[in-house]
Amino acid sequence: MNTTSILIADDSTTTRAMLVSTIESMGDIRIIEASSGFEALRLLPREKVDLILTDINMPDINGLELISFIRNNPNYKDIPVFIISTEGSRKDIEKGKELGANEYVVKPFDPVRLQELIASYLHLS
Amino acid sequence: MSDHTGTAANKAVRDFLAEAEEIVEQLGSELADLADQADTGDISPDLLNSIFRGAHSLKGLAGMFGFKDISELSHNMENLLDFLRLGRLHADQNLVSVLYDSHELLTSLIRAVTEGAGSDFSVEIAACVGRINSCLSPPEAPSGESPLEQLGLPERVLGALTEYEEHRLLDNLAKGRVILNVHASLELTTFDQELSEITDILKSCGEVISTLPSVGGNIETHIDFDILFGTTRSRDDVALLVERDSVQVTRLGSGSAQTAAVPAPVAPAAEPAQTSAGTPHEAASAGAAPPGPATAADDAQSAKSMSRTVRVDIGKLDDLMNIVGELVLAHSSISGIATRMRNEGFSRMSIDLGKAAKSLERKLSDLQKGVMEIRMIPVGQLYEKMSRIVRKISREQGKKVELRFFGADTELDKLIVEDISDPMMHIIRNAIDHGIEDPERRLAAGKDEKGTIRISSYQKGNHVVIEVEDDGGGINVEKVKAKALQKGLVQDTANVTEREALDFIFLPGFSTTEKVSEVSGRGVGMDVVRNNIAAISGMVDIETVAGEGTRFIITLPITLAIIKALIISCAGRTYAIPITSVLESLLLTESAIKTVERKEVIQLRESTLPLLRLERFFCIERSRTQPSEFYVVVVGVAEKRMGIVVDDLLGQQDIVIKSLGDSFRKFKGISGAADLGDQRTILVLDVGGMISETMKSGS
Repeated sequence: MNTTSILIADDSTTTRAMLVSTIESMGDIRIIEASSGFEALRLLPREKVDLILTDINMPDINGLELISFIRNNPNYKDIPVFIISTEGSRKDIEKGKELGANEYVVKPFDPVRLQELIASYLHLS
Repeated sequence: MSDHTGTAANKAVRDFLAEAEEIVEQLGSELADLADQADTGDISPDLLNSIFRGAHSLKGLAGMFGFKDISELSHNMENLLDFLRLGRLHADQNLVSVLYDSHELLTSLIRAVTEGAGSDFSVEIAACVGRINSCLSPPEAPSGESPLEQLGLPERVLGALTEYEEHRLLDNLAKGRVILNVHASLELTTFDQELSEITDILKSCGEVISTLPSVGGNIETHIDFDILFGTTRSRDDVALLVERDSVQVTRLGSGSAQTAAVPAPVAPAAEPAQTSAGTPHEAASAGAAPPGPATAADDAQSAKSMSRTVRVDIGKLDDLMNIVGELVLAHSSISGIATRMRNEGFSRMSIDLGKAAKSLERKLSDLQKGVMEIRMIPVGQLYEKMSRIVRKISREQGKKVELRFFGADTELDKLIVEDISDPMMHIIRNAIDHGIEDPERRLAAGKDEKGTIRISSYQKGNHVVIEVEDDGGGINVEKVKAKALQKGLVQDTANVTEREALDFIFLPGFSTTEKVSEVSGRGVGMDVVRNNIAAISGMVDIETVAGEGTRFIITLPITLAIIKALIISCAGRTYAIPITSVLESLLLTESAIKTVERKEVIQLRESTLPLLRLERFFCIERSRTQPSEFYVVVVGVAEKRMGIVVDDLLGQQDIVIKSLGDSFRKFKGISGAADLGDQRTILVLDVGGMISETMKSGS
C-alpha cells in the first residue's frame, strides 16, 4: 500500500469539501482533512503525507505558522505545500512564499488548474 | 432535474448555505458585541479579528460558488474590517452601523439564495459598498523604522507573523506592554489540550499575539510552541500563572533576555515523562499527561477530529423520529398480542411476551428521548438575534431600551425555535414601536428613561413558555375598542370585556397606529403572529396594565415530532386530538347545554364556552343516539377556547402525525392521520382550523 496522500488544512467545511471533490476525481489519492492548524499538527506525525494544502486564516495557528513548522522539521521539510487562500494581504502571501510554500492558489480556484498543479508536484501522469 | 451531478451540486450549495448561515449568525452576535465595545471605546482585538475572519471566509466561500453579490459585499466588509483590525480606522458608532447594515443585507442575500428567489439586490449592494468606501481612509505610508527589530525576535518567529499579528505586536508595544515569549515543549499526543490550557490562562491576563509551532528536542514525541504574549503583568507573574515543567517564559526586547525555567512544585523534575527519551506511550502512562485515556488506543484517539460536534440535516432526524414512531406502534401491537394470548389461555408464554414487551418499551422510550434531545436547542440562540434587532430598532427610534434575558438554557425543538423566531421578532418590534415610550415621556411618568424588555423562557409541563414583557405604556384598551368600532368589527363596545378587546389586536388588518411602521418593513400584522404561533400548536396571550406595560405569553409544545394525543370516539368513529391543545375534559349531561343566539354553549366557571359537535362538523349520520352522559373536551389554540362534544374518551397515546397530502388540504378540521398500532388509522383533528371555522360560521 503506497497510496499518495494529501493533507488539507482549512477551517471551512465547504472549502474542504470542494478540495476533496477536486482531488477525488484525480483517482486513487488518500485525502486527510484537518479542520484547524492544530489538527494538521496532530495528523502529520501519524500519516504519510505527500502534499499539503493549507489556508492562511485559521483559528488556532495560521497557515504561515504551519508552513514555518513544516519547513523547520526534518521529517516534513520536503513536503510540497500549497497555500489555498482568498486573495488577501499581499504581505502574507509574500511571507508564505518566503517561508517555503511551493504554490499559492487563489480561492475561488479553478479545479482543473489545481489538478494540474497537484499532478505536477506528485509526479502523476 | 435530479440527475447525479445535479444533486451533488445541490448538496454542495446546501452545505455552502449551512456554513454561510452559521458565519452570518456568528457575525451578527459579534457585531452586537462590537457595538457595545465601541460605546466604551475598549475594543477587543480578538473580537475584531474574528469578525474579519468571518467576512473573509464568507467572501471565499461565496466566490467559489459563484454568488457574486455575497462575495462582493463580504469583500468590501472584509476591507473595512481589515482597516479596523490593523488600527487604520477607529470603530465609532457610524462605522458600526455601516457594518450592521451590511450584515443585514448579507443576511437578505443569503436568504434569497436559500429561498431560490431571483431578487435583484444590485442597488442595495451599490449603496452599501458606497457607504463602506466612504469610511475607508487611504492607508498610511508605513513608518520608516520598525520597533519590532528592538525586540530581537528570531527571524524564524518574525517570518511567520501575518500582517495582522505584526500589527498586534506593534500595538502592544505602543501601549507599553511587556512582550513575553512563552515557550512550551509538549507531547505530540496531547499538545492541543495542554496548549489550550496554557492559552486560556494567558488570555485571562493579556493578549496572545501568535502561536508558532517549532521543532523541539525530540521531533518524534514532542512539539514546541512559541507563544508571543503581550501583557501588563511582569514576567515573573506570568511565569507563576502558567507554572509547569514544560514551559519557559522569556521577556523580549528588555536588552538582557533572561530565561527562567518555571519551577514545578507539583511534579518532580525527575519524572521520566518530562524527559524527551520516552515514547509517547511511556510518557502517557507515566502519569504526567493531562487527563484523558492514555492507553494503547492513544493513536486512534489523537487522530480524532478536535471538533466534538456533528452537523446533521434536520430531515435525517425527522426520518429517525419516524422510525422511532413506527417502532412505538410495533411495540403496542406486540403488547396487544400478549393481552390476546393471555385471554386465550396461553398464560405462560403471554407473561413472557408481556415482560419482553415491557423491556422493549423502556428501551424505546430511551431511544425516543435520545432522538428528541438531539433536536433540542437552547432558546438562547434566539436571544442573540433578538438583541441585535432591539439595538438596531431602538437606535433608529431614538429610544433607550435594555433587553434582559432569562432562561436561555430552556430547550426547544429546532424547528419550533426557527418558526417562533419571526413572531417573536414582531412582538419585540411592536414593544419598541408602540410599547416603550420616548425617554422624555418616560421621565415625565416617573420612570427610568431607559425602557426594559424582559424575555424569559421556562418549561411548564410539556410546554415551553416564552414571555416578552415591556415596561412601556401598556395597551390602551379604550383606543382598541374605538378602532374596532370604526373598523366595523363590533356594533357595540359597551359589553366588550377587556380580554375580548385585546383579542381584536389579533384580527387581520387591525392596527392601533395610523402609520405603518417602517421597522417591520413587511407590513405583518398581529394576526400573522397569532397564525404562525398556532401553526406550531402554540398559543399566545396578552396581559396589559395601562402605564405599566404589556406582557405577551407564548406557550409552545416542546416538540412536534411525536406528540401525545387524546383519543376520542364520536358517532362510532375514532379521532385524535393533540394533547397540547387540550385544556381539560368534562363529563356532562344534555341539561348542561344551553342555547344562546342559536349557538350551543355551556357555562364553564366564569365564562361561556361555545360548543362544537363533531358529527355535525363532519356531517356524520348517527346510527345510535348520543349517550345520556358524554364528554366535552375543552380545547384552546392561542387565546381562543372551545368545547368539543364527544361520546367517549379512549385514552392517551403517542402518535406520529402523517400528512394526508395536498388532495385533502381543502377539508377543514383535519391536520393529518395517525396509525394507532393495531392496524387502525385515525384522523387527527386540527383544533386551530376547527375553531376558526366555527367562529366564521357563528358570526
